[in-house]
Order: sequence, then structure tokens, then C-alpha cells
Amino acid sequence: MDFNGSEPRGPREAELLPATVATAVKVVVVGGFGVGKTTLVGAVSEIRPLTTEETMTEAGVGIDDLAGVERKNSTTVAMDFGRITISDELVLYVFGTPGQERFWFLWNGLFEGALGAVVLVDTRRLEVSFDVLGRLEDRGVPFVVALNAFPESPRYPVEELRAALDLPHHVPIVHCDARSRESSRDVLMALMRYLYDLAAQPAAAAQPVG
Amino acid sequence: MSNQDWANANPERLYVISGGRDRKSATAGFDLVTLVVARARPEPTMQPEHAAILRICGSPLSVAEISAYLRLPNSLVTVLLADLLAERRIEVRAPVPPAALPDLSLLEAVIHGLQRL
Ligand SMILES: Nc1nc2c(ncn2[C@@H]2O[C@H](COP(=O)(O)OP(=O)(O)OP(=O)(O)O)[C@@H](O)[C@H]2O)c(=O)[nH]1
Ligand SMILES: [Mg+2]
Repeated sequence: MDFNGSEPRGPREAELLPATVATAVKVVVVGGFGVGKTTLVGAVSEIRPLTTEETMTEAGVGIDDLAGVERKNSTTVAMDFGRITISDELVLYVFGTPGQERFWFLWNGLFEGALGAVVLVDTRRLEVSFDVLGRLEDRGVPFVVALNAFPESPRYPVEELRAALDLPHHVPIVHCDARSRESSRDVLMALMRYLYDLAAQPAAAAQPVG
Repeated sequence: MSNQDWANANPERLYVISGGRDRKSATAGFDLVTLVVARARPEPTMQPEHAAILRICGSPLSVAEISAYLRLPNSLVTVLLADLLAERRIEVRAPVPPAALPDLSLLEAVIHGLQRL
């Protein structure tokens, strides 16, 4: 095998992590098609966002392969991610991943060890979030819901949305503009504060929700 | 674009790079955010992907970043990293072990870090 002399470029000088960084943590931004995941990741990231691809394994594409369907564009799924250096010892990675059920095969490696998730919701298409929310609840992944403000998106009172999405009272719902660094940062802050509250008083999450 | 060669990760090529090893089992032990630091120099006799990893990991890089720069699937990168680790050519820094609830001081540090963003 050879690479014809081409060598992959590594990080740019300005993107190097301090040698002292000892620990990495991750959070996941998940949502339906075109809801603003890539935009949010790019808004908060200190590095130019990167993409990692995963090939769908045999189970996912076996039928296509057997049928001789062109394999080239049928087997990979891209995940965007960005990075925020928290301190000399700690770095946070933010991954964006599609919420549709056919991409759930990505979730095992992704959510394992993740601190929590942000579910990005477009109020024009609430229904695409139902499966994702249910899946996160099943997996026990703590999450906050961020309502991305598109110009044509209807504005509902938060409690109405909570009911429509069938969310427990303790799950934070925040507004965001994924194009804004500050707004996207605030979404991550909302997640971290929520995680902090959960960790500080675990009973909060376990309260019955009627 | 010269990087296209690396991007052309068709199944046959992936099979060759991994030496036919099962990529699924190898991800065990490596998380997307496991940090990798080179502890040896790339050598001309090495498989090019091994050498490339050593070259870009002078400073800590996550498995996800290595996968992105090499344009290879994460599961394949972990196979290559396992080779390098067995040969002690890299050092790995595992992420915080998944716990039911993360440490309060860790969350505090993240909140403070985000506030400065
Ligand atoms: N008005 C407004 N537009 C946004 C916002 N976030 C994203 N957009 C726009 O919506 C479009 C889609 O955003 P992306 O970030 O690509 O969405 P995505 O979820 O990554 O999309 P896929 O990866 O294709 O599923 C882009 O044109 C963005 O500029 C937002 O908060 N407000
Ligand atoms: Mg996207």
C-alpha cells in the first residue's frame, strides 16, 4: 500500500494542545437533519472543526454489498467535532451527530463516557426529536434541550414545548442561536450546570414527573 | 488535492491497512477522546499510517483528531494505535472513566473554562 508521497497534515501550530493536558471529556450535540449541529460545534470550537468518519459495519450495509451496489458512498457517516481547552490539564471535545435512527450505530462509542448531550430542536419539526429524546432517556444520558431559533420557527412557550416533547420538569430547555459563539457557549454552560446539579443532588433526576 | 489519497478509504484499502484484523474488537480500550502522545520517531520502515500517527502526535491529540487528520475511520485508527502502544511508541491518556455521575470538581473546571470562552 502507498500514499503516493502525500502525507496527511496534522494540526496547525496554533492548534496544538499543551503537553500537560492529561484528561479529555466529551459532550454530544444531537439533532435532526439541518438543525444546526455543525454550526454549533463550529461556533464554540477553538480549532477549525474536524470530521471523523466511521464506516457502517457489515450489519448496516450487508444487503447493499451483496446486491453489488456501489460501496463507495454508502458506507460512511461523518461526525463533526470541535475542541475547547479548559485548562492546562483538561480539554473538552464537542461532537455533532445526526439523530436519525439509522445513525444510531454510531452512538455506542460516542455516548460511552460522554458527560451529557445537547438535543438541538427546530420547533418547525418537533417530531424528529421524539426518537432521539426517547433513546437518550433509555440510555440514561443526561441532556438539555436547545431550541434553535430559525426565522420561520414558531415560538411556543417553553412549558408548551415541554409538554409537546414529553420532557420531565427537571430537563432544562434553553433558546439558542447556533451561529453565535456566546449563545452556543451558553448552551454548553446550561448542560454543565445541569450535570452539576444532578451530581450534587442525584435525587433531583429521580423525582416522579407525574 | 494530495490528501485525496488518504481520503479514499474504500473497504479493500481499509482491510489492507488493518492487516485484515477485526476492527470491531480493537476499539476496546480506545475512546474517541483518548489522548495520544508520540514517544518515538517515525521510521522509514514503518507502515506509513503508523509513521503518520507518530508525526502528528508530537503534542497530545485525541483519537478523533487522529482519525480526522488521517482521514481514516475511527475503528481503524484504534487498530493502528494498538500496534503502536504494544511497541511502546505512543503514550495514551485515558479519558475520565465513565461514571454514573461525573466529579463535581471536574464539572466546575469545565464551567469555569467555558465562562472564559
Ligand atoms: N437562523 C439560524 N440559522 C441557523 C442556526 N443554526 C444553523 N443555521 C443555519 O441552518 C443551516 C444548517 O445548519 P447546519 O449547522 O449545517 O446543520 P446540521 O444539523 O449540521 O445539518 P446536517 O449535518 O446536514 O444534518 C445552515 O445554513 C446554518 O447557517 C440558527 O441558530 N439560526
Ligand atoms: Mg452537519
